[in-house]
Amino acid sequence: MAELTADTTLITTADGQPLKLKLRQSTRINRIKAFALVVPLLVFILVTFAFPLADMLTRSVRDPTVAKLLPRTTEALKAWDGTGQPPDSVYLAIAEEMVARREDRTIGKVAGRLNYEITGARSLVQKTGRKLARREDLSNAREILTKIDRRWADPLLWRAIRRLSRPFTLAFYVSALDYTYNAAGKIVAQPEDRRIYIPLFLRTLWVSLSITGFCLLLGYPISYLMATLPLRTSNLLMIMVLLPFWTSLLVRTTAWVVLLQRQGVINDLLVWFGIIGDNERLQMIYNMTGTIIAMTHILLPFMVLPLFSVMKGISPSYVRAARSLGASPARAFWRVYFPQTVPGIGAGSLLVFILAIGYYITPALVGGRTGQLISNMIAYHMQKSLNWGLASALGGLLLVGVLALYWLYNRIVGINNMKLG
Amino acid sequence: MALPPYVGPLGRTWHYGFRVACGLIFLFLIAPILVIIPLSFNAQPYFTFTHDMLALKASAFSLRWYQDIVGNPQWLHSIKNSFIVGTSATALATSLGTVAALGLSRSHMPYRSAVMGLLISPMIVPVIITAAAMFFFYSGIGLAQTYLGLILAHTALGTPFVVITVTATLVGFDHSLTRAAAMLGATPTRTFFKVTMPLILPGVISGALFAFVTSFDEVVVVIFLAGFEQRTIPRQMWAGIREQISPTILAVATLLIGFSIILMTALELLRRRNERLRGIHP
Repeated sequence: MAELTADTTLITTADGQPLKLKLRQSTRINRIKAFALVVPLLVFILVTFAFPLADMLTRSVRDPTVAKLLPRTTEALKAWDGTGQPPDSVYLAIAEEMVARREDRTIGKVAGRLNYEITGARSLVQKTGRKLARREDLSNAREILTKIDRRWADPLLWRAIRRLSRPFTLAFYVSALDYTYNAAGKIVAQPEDRRIYIPLFLRTLWVSLSITGFCLLLGYPISYLMATLPLRTSNLLMIMVLLPFWTSLLVRTTAWVVLLQRQGVINDLLVWFGIIGDNERLQMIYNMTGTIIAMTHILLPFMVLPLFSVMKGISPSYVRAARSLGASPARAFWRVYFPQTVPGIGAGSLLVFILAIGYYITPALVGGRTGQLISNMIAYHMQKSLNWGLASALGGLLLVGVLALYWLYNRIVGINNMKLG
Repeated sequence: MALPPYVGPLGRTWHYGFRVACGLIFLFLIAPILVIIPLSFNAQPYFTFTHDMLALKASAFSLRWYQDIVGNPQWLHSIKNSFIVGTSATALATSLGTVAALGLSRSHMPYRSAVMGLLISPMIVPVIITAAAMFFFYSGIGLAQTYLGLILAHTALGTPFVVITVTATLVGFDHSLTRAAAMLGATPTRTFFKVTMPLILPGVISGALFAFVTSFDEVVVVIFLAGFEQRTIPRQMWAGIREQISPTILAVATLLIGFSIILMTALELLRRRNERLRGIHP
């Protein structure tokens, strides 16, 4: 026995190195080899996807517009203690810089940025810039500015400008959560009638939940039917689920526009059957109804596929055993079959919910004014209002929500079990 | 599946009621897609069935909207763009994704779950956020409104599908085969192309199909990133639905439905082949 133990500690490879060391070396080489295979894609995703995303998230807390376009004002404001009017140096700096920005045509950017936070600042800056340009001498800038507009004497305006001149700001998240800075610079909730984003987030949640509910309601029976029918029949039925799944999103949305519009197929049918009169055609599109119907249709396959794969794995003998023990069909289903499908329900519902909450195309096309979701607001701020900081902040909030849900999905289902088609 | 004779009237009603309900749900799934097809042959510029169409008069049907596509340089250009961007993004995504999947399936792969999470994140992040982020970044480096920028963006969106399908195929992969090839003197490259590749090919092709469809159907990133020159089919349809809705869209939609049927069939055949190769019988 003793001899044997001595032998195992001294086992060496052919070239005389201890086996343990050699094994550790080769494991390390294998790890490096495996990692090296992943590196190209990892670098690609980091550069083309992850870095842009991180860059966008910094935009939501960073806004150098004012600091960059009014550098001397920014510098001068640092010396001001925030009470009373700022010193003359601030007035002189801003007057000269407004003239300069008017000449290099960037005053619109300054005006636009100030306007997000201060009502009426756009016209104030434009007007002041225009009038200052006609002046030769700006040495008593305080007097000139206050004469152009009395607001320049207001310390509240200056405090807002000072807040905006700091490159790092929470202002975008503050607006994205329907808060605002009050006159004294404190963060307060927006008045009820001016809240936009929180109600929109809530509406998005509510719409996504109802779409998930509808998908479950429609998806469960057909998954059950397909799981219990013989393979040949269920394969045929599966085509009816997979064809919509593989059909272009735009095609399916177009289909719903065609079906649901006032002069569309469904209204025509209803009129033809005499259920409604020709002049009382239903408005089923360009509102919330349209968004919910079309999105339920588009997301239904994502509910059916995981449900079906779970139901397929449930042996029919459990329900048979329950029945033979005297349970009614309803009881056998509810107490024996249904609990076994819960993992499928969880997977399908989470998937549908995650997809619904970030949906953009369908609400934009069939949602009209009332059927818009949070993604549409992000697109609006990206393309129309050009308030990119706010768009990034809204995106950041949405992203956090989706990642949290995804984490949940991963805990329940696991990414590796994700089924594709 | 006939009902056994002992089922009572209640059970019978339930049985058939359930079937009818399921039939209606299937109708909900498939009808919107099927309705588009006959409407695309409408001779009138309406989005509904005319009386003549219902009476099956030949004069009510025409190919004018299909001729519209052929005669419209914008549509032709967008079809070309869709295929250029789609195939380039697919080629790039498939090669990067397959190699990465090989690494991820090795037992020695360090930080596997973290890396996997990062690699499939383009599939999870809502595409509007991705599009906004790419718009900022790509405009900064001069890639916005270029084919290259669009191809890179679509590649990023397509790789998760390749990684997932190929890793799934590799789960049942017998690694003693590659060891045998190495022992018989084959270089790693030769082993890959002669042994590994033929076995995982179904997974690679279905991943490639997913990547292609992702790019082919993608519109949000295109809206943000592409200029007029790079308009793809979905982008053109988007403009069509929003601005000047014409039955030409229905004709394009019908062609796309045909295309998706082809893709679906291809994928199903691949799946069957894969199951046969791996000895799984349904």
